[in-house]
Amino acid sequence: MNIVVCVKQTPDTAATVTVSDGEVSWGDAPLVLNPWDEYAVEQALLSKEAHGGKVTAISLGSEGAKDALKQALAMGCEEAILINDPAFENADSLVVSKALAAAITKLGEIDLAFFGRQAVDSDTGVTFAQVARRLGWPALSLVAKVEALDPGAGTIAVERMLGSARQRLQTKLPAVVSVVKEINEPRYPSFMGIRKASKAEIPVWSKADIDLAEVPEAALRWPEIFAPPKIETECEFIEGETAEEVANKLADRLVEEKVI
Amino acid sequence: MSSKVCVYVDHFQGRSSPASWEAIGVATKIGETLGGGVAAIVLGEKVEELAKHAIEHGADEVLLVDDASLKDYIPETHASVLSKLVTDAGAEVLLLPTTDRTRELAGMVAVDLETGVTPDVVDVEVKDGALIATRPIYAGKLMTKETCTTKPHVLTLRGRAFPKPEPETGRSGNVNKVDVKVEAVTTEVLGYGESEAGVTLSDAATIVSGGRGVSNNPKLEPPAEITVEQEQEIWRAQQGFELVRSLAGVLGAAVGASRAAVDAGYIPYINQVGQTGKVVSPDLYIACGISGAIQHLAGMRTSKNIVAINKDSEAPIFKLARFGVVGDLFDIVPPLTSALKERLGK
Repeated sequence: MNIVVCVKQTPDTAATVTVSDGEVSWGDAPLVLNPWDEYAVEQALLSKEAHGGKVTAISLGSEGAKDALKQALAMGCEEAILINDPAFENADSLVVSKALAAAITKLGEIDLAFFGRQAVDSDTGVTFAQVARRLGWPALSLVAKVEALDPGAGTIAVERMLGSARQRLQTKLPAVVSVVKEINEPRYPSFMGIRKASKAEIPVWSKADIDLAEVPEAALRWPEIFAPPKIETECEFIEGETAEEVANKLADRLVEEKVI
Repeated sequence: MSSKVCVYVDHFQGRSSPASWEAIGVATKIGETLGGGVAAIVLGEKVEELAKHAIEHGADEVLLVDDASLKDYIPETHASVLSKLVTDAGAEVLLLPTTDRTRELAGMVAVDLETGVTPDVVDVEVKDGALIATRPIYAGKLMTKETCTTKPHVLTLRGRAFPKPEPETGRSGNVNKVDVKVEAVTTEVLGYGESEAGVTLSDAATIVSGGRGVSNNPKLEPPAEITVEQEQEIWRAQQGFELVRSLAGVLGAAVGASRAAVDAGYIPYINQVGQTGKVVSPDLYIACGISGAIQHLAGMRTSKNIVAINKDSEAPIFKLARFGVVGDLFDIVPPLTSALKERLGK
């Protein structure tokens, strides 16, 4: 199988993120492979291991995003490609999806494209669906389980999250699949994997390399980024001699303050 | 009649997402400012009831496509129909409630119409005829305002971020049955897995959550047949979550969990609250044995009232809490459950 996994580099989720003069900063927190994408990489690798073939990781980002791609290589992806072009600065999901779809088309003969459910920085969660739409491929969203993958018949059956329910779907390949955390347990890169990845030369594709003559301007503008209002609460600690007393006092306070 | 604002009524097999009505409330406000009506869009099979509800919640008209091919939600099918209706209506704004279905749907419609999509919006204002949408980024550690240079601007609105309009029984409005040719797609629905029991986190007015602390009851002795240490821990945690569930039961609340509890295998992922789980904003959030890692706080910090029960008085969760109890959840939660049951007359 010829598999693609689309990944993004994001600040670590433990980072304290601040903004000053419109510039977002995450201090000295490390940049990592978007945590959701680890599950996508793992699922791509599991599919390859079950059916043969290769996995190519793609990322759109700055030169630094090569580190996220190296993480994907260290986990076991065969190849990685960085899409980097000044034309993609200030891109919104509409533009990013155009670039990723073009890169997937350029690679050719792809059976499956995996995505994490969303990136933990921009938090849009729409890019995978937009890439699928541009490619004209079916999107299997928020997949919690792959029930069957049959490259011979060219089909995939999955279980997706749908609110509090699960929907079981089958579709034809090629398809785009976005995955949720429940689907697997991402592997740690092996020592050999890390060594291989550290030596890897990652090709950089410009807009010309993915045959995009014109990159449209982003439809969205971001006139203001700001810190949410600080929550000013003084915690009222409930105390008492016994647990029963504390519980009763707390219940009384919740009723008095019309919390319940 | 031209409707400048369209609202997609999201539902699962005819059961509407409450946030759909909140979206109609927002649409009504935007419509007043932009000068134009509000059209609700209802897609499905035998969903006329929803069309009626949409009118009652404030829509001026409903575009209803009632067709057997729309019985099951499939993103490609629904996106194509939605794109066509929005185009024909000449809408300047398309609102959808944020649910597990609508991010993908909004994204696809935005591609069809080559326009911008702003997901998970928590505030909207209209300035000089254009929309300014505010939404959280970095799981709410920051907020961004977004505007769109193309039309329609597609937005999904976070549930519980906007007031739900009071339905007006007998309110009148046109329900226009629209015939749309639904193209066949390659995806087929094989069936539905078992629904998880209980209240959905994103819609819940009250949430009771458990963290790593639910497994720390030294007084509990696991049954002799469980010998593996990790299984003993999970057994202990399950007893702890029973207490959390009882409290949730009394309050009609959803059950949540921290990532630590989910990763340790105490409770399924669907219950996870936080940056890599669900972001929630209930009226009351009771955190039991949750210390409050930054990722968890990001997912629940906008809750109206937070009650924290934790052994460690220095736990970060207390910084957000309105009421706090420094103590063992195993001592506090059972009498709290009884006390609340009594006060709620249950």
